[in-house]
Amino acid sequence: MSDYAIKIENLGKKYIIGHQRQNGYKTFRDVLVEKAKSAANLLLHPFSGVTGGPGADDYEEFWALNGVNLEIKAGERVGIIGRNGAGKSTLLKILSRITDPTSGDIWINGRVASLLEVGTGFHPELTGRENIYLNGAILGMGRVEIKRKFDEIVAFSEVEKFLDTPVKRYSSGMYVRLAFSVAAHLEPEILVVDEVLAVGDAAFQKKCLGKMEEVGKEGRTILFVSHNMAAIQNLCSRCVLLNKGVIETVGTAEKVINKYIESSSIEAKISIGDRLDRSGDGKIRFTALTLRDENNCSVNSLICGKKAVLSFSYKNNTLVALKNLNFTLGIDNLTGERITYVGSEICGSSFSELAVGVNSIDVCVEKFPFMPGRYGFTIYCSVNGVVADWIQNAGYFDVQPGDYYGTGKLPPSGQGNFIFDYCIYAG
Amino acid sequence: MGADGNGEIKYTLHISPGKAEINYFKDLWRYRELFLFLAWRDVLVRYKQTVIGVLWSVLRPLITMIIFTIVFSKLANLSSNGAPYGIMVFAGTLPWQFFSNSLSDSGNSLIANSHLISKVYFPRVIIPASSVIVSLIDFLIAFLIMLVIMVLWYSFIPPASIVLMLPFLALAFFSSLGLGFLVSALTVKYRDFRYIVPFIVQFGLYISPVGFMSSIVPEKWRLLYSLNPIVGVIDGFRWAILGDVSQPLWWPGVAVSAVVSTLLFVIGFGYFRNTEKAFADVI
Repeated sequence: MSDYAIKIENLGKKYIIGHQRQNGYKTFRDVLVEKAKSAANLLLHPFSGVTGGPGADDYEEFWALNGVNLEIKAGERVGIIGRNGAGKSTLLKILSRITDPTSGDIWINGRVASLLEVGTGFHPELTGRENIYLNGAILGMGRVEIKRKFDEIVAFSEVEKFLDTPVKRYSSGMYVRLAFSVAAHLEPEILVVDEVLAVGDAAFQKKCLGKMEEVGKEGRTILFVSHNMAAIQNLCSRCVLLNKGVIETVGTAEKVINKYIESSSIEAKISIGDRLDRSGDGKIRFTALTLRDENNCSVNSLICGKKAVLSFSYKNNTLVALKNLNFTLGIDNLTGERITYVGSEICGSSFSELAVGVNSIDVCVEKFPFMPGRYGFTIYCSVNGVVADWIQNAGYFDVQPGDYYGTGKLPPSGQGNFIFDYCIYAG
Repeated sequence: MGADGNGEIKYTLHISPGKAEINYFKDLWRYRELFLFLAWRDVLVRYKQTVIGVLWSVLRPLITMIIFTIVFSKLANLSSNGAPYGIMVFAGTLPWQFFSNSLSDSGNSLIANSHLISKVYFPRVIIPASSVIVSLIDFLIAFLIMLVIMVLWYSFIPPASIVLMLPFLALAFFSSLGLGFLVSALTVKYRDFRYIVPFIVQFGLYISPVGFMSSIVPEKWRLLYSLNPIVGVIDGFRWAILGDVSQPLWWPGVAVSAVVSTLLFVIGFGYFRNTEKAFADVI
């Protein structure tokens, strides 16, 4: 018996976009052209699975995955991250055999259960009891197996009282709880999970994560797609970064997550310099915000719990170094409420002067205490008490989940904007 | 947690373009329980929140039968060659309704279950097949109850030859299944079939010998007429229930219907298997 659970070789998946939507029919001619083209491609580039030349025809080929190679050992827990459209879901769909690959091979050792959605196949007219059986069967459990676990499932879901009520009368919370309970009692050797933790309320998400951890500890192989970096970091030993259909990095979760966050630092610069809705005498003009991490590398977003630097580039338009400054930064949450105020005067850091030309003012936070999310900011700078530059709602920055407490856990989303270190004692 | 206990043999699955065929029938067997569950779901759901429930499966053919008997026997003065006209219509209505229900339900079945298709793997034939099974169950219930009504109303004692309807039921089953596969797979890609199917079902009622004997069709057109597989099925049902009283079975017609059903099944299943891999991408 080989020791891998999943082995993927040169996997590719091609979609044809544009054409199909326009006239709805795929003609026989298209089929012929495509066949000829892929045959030609195979002859010319037998190992690469290259796309046909763009604009070669009236439709476009899109490789959702291209030349993916990956081997996952039995018992390994692997996270898959990447931007939207990187091919994560396509990969899971191929692994779950929902869709056929265009090229390549996959070998899977063991019983696979894939959880691309919680509550797939729930029928609103059926009762909770009936749906447990139906959903169990859809997820690949046998009747006997469901019967054996039935009580356990019901207990986990906490909906005993409504077991004989059609699920259409359930509250959405009850519905999701029941659906997850069924899924949580799958006992496959390989579990493939997509973003399912993104549903439900905070308590439910926590329960999901707990259950996933439990499953992981039992030595099952898990393949887990998520945008929740904290969950991935906590759950997965290894991580794969997909980008535009190819594997960019494979490695330890921490390394790959950092790489992911760095990967598009170009986008991190928010152009503030072009703003016209600003006030002040213009001795100083802010031009951009760059986010940096602990290594002083420019990043796309900050990570909760890690060192963060908000670096405001400015241009000193005068010919002299400016003294007697006050720099302030107001930070708003998404609903526009001012949640904090950062100021050079109140914290006592009096930078002596702002040099001539282009430079930056850096706000340094050792352990960034913001909850994951997007925050807006307003910047202000005065020289000798006279406003030099002031831009309201100058831009925003993103904060990614991070392992603030070293437990892999964060407060549920929607529970405020800040976290901080504390101790809880008994007695 | 304890051992899995489902006794499944560990096996290596190989996924590759076009590789799906090799495991196809093995998978069909592995997913037999899901097949039953889906059929069971459709049966359960069918008459939920209705007052008279499963009686609907009897009421519809009963009313059709009464109307057809009045229209064709009393108004149009068509003959049933001495057999009770009502029984003659009964033997035509039920197989027709089985066929038309299967066709409309299975035709839409893939679309109606698109959320399953895009999220879970299983052999896709399960879905249209379970729709046909549900119609079959409906048919059996209706048939038994209607038979009782016939016996009471016409004092009609069904002959032993009634068991001979089983091969004709099989014929109806396989043509429904074949057409169901074909239409459901076509509907995934070409939604036009959502409009074509109700149309076929509607005029099929008139071109099939539901309300009249197929013997009223001129002899030279009979063979052509039998290209409609339901003609052979209905003739067979009448023959099995009424014996040779009304109309001896015209075997060439049955043969043609059988060949057409087989073809439908082969073509339908073939097309379905060729296209099913892409369902999740297209639906």
